[in-house]
Amino acid sequence: MGRRNGLEVDRRACVSRCKKLSLGKAAMSGSLCWLRAASLLRGAPLRWGARPLSQAAAGDGSSPGGGEGGRGSRESVEQLVRAHPVVVFMKGNPAQPLCGFSNAVVQILRLHGVQDFQAYDVLQDPDLRQGIKNYSNWPTIPQVYLNGEFVGGCDILLQMHQNGDLVEELKKLGIRSALLDAEKDQDKK
Amino acid sequence: MLPSRLLRQALPRPAPSFGYSTAGPAMEEKPVESSIRAKLLQALQPLHLEVHNESSMHAVPRGSETHFKVVIASQRFAGLPLLRRHRLVNEILQAELAGPVHALSIQAKTPQQWEENQSVSQSPGCLGGSKHDPHRATKLGGQGLG
Repeated sequence: MGRRNGLEVDRRACVSRCKKLSLGKAAMSGSLCWLRAASLLRGAPLRWGARPLSQAAAGDGSSPGGGEGGRGSRESVEQLVRAHPVVVFMKGNPAQPLCGFSNAVVQILRLHGVQDFQAYDVLQDPDLRQGIKNYSNWPTIPQVYLNGEFVGGCDILLQMHQNGDLVEELKKLGIRSALLDAEKDQDKK
Repeated sequence: MLPSRLLRQALPRPAPSFGYSTAGPAMEEKPVESSIRAKLLQALQPLHLEVHNESSMHAVPRGSETHFKVVIASQRFAGLPLLRRHRLVNEILQAELAGPVHALSIQAKTPQQWEENQSVSQSPGCLGGSKHDPHRATKLGGQGLG
């Protein structure tokens, strides 16, 4: 029960953070609003594949970033990128993002009902932080990968959310966006 | 063009400074912002350009130039998917991103898209991640731009 309460608190915090996010008027004037999203979240199971990277980074932490065979090497980054259909490299973890842009990515995925994704906290691992930037030739975090393919950062994911592309991209992965069901519910009423 | 001496005499007080820098004295105060503006203007010939220094929204000292948002409407983006547009901007601002700039939010539209929709998404607030970030010191170290 304690755990349940913990999750409830976490969800509430998410929703309030989600509101604070101010993802822009365009997001609100679209086919959804944050309120509906909040009700959606309440019914959704909380599960994500955030593996504590501190475990992976528990070594001496002195190996050079991007070096051959290191945690930031192209090969090891590639493995992480392909570990799951939906992968996010972020600051902090999904339960506690440590950057507004990373938080926005997590909230957008949640809006679409994507709870099961693999998240890596780059703040725990400087090698990975540099390695992922080299891998995608993209200078900033967060970074989102769908089916191993680099999609973009927060701005691009937000735009894909707003213009409907994200629903389509998720469909290609066999993931049905929760927003579609939310719209259907709305139509029934 | 009036000689600058005459201009100075004609103006009793220094010209008021605007929200973001254009040229002249502001170059000294906001070198990163000015550099971003100049490079984007030159490379993209934008119909519309906004450069916002959003550093004050984040856990960095006052007056920092670490977090920026750019809104660009340019014909150069026509026919390019979003990812390519962003890559183009990242390339143009490569030196800034490798140096002092920690975060860059990009809104890249064609002139037509800009005419249709001139809304600019707000940037999310800070969640304090850079407070304990070792990279922060490097970015705030005031590395000069080439």
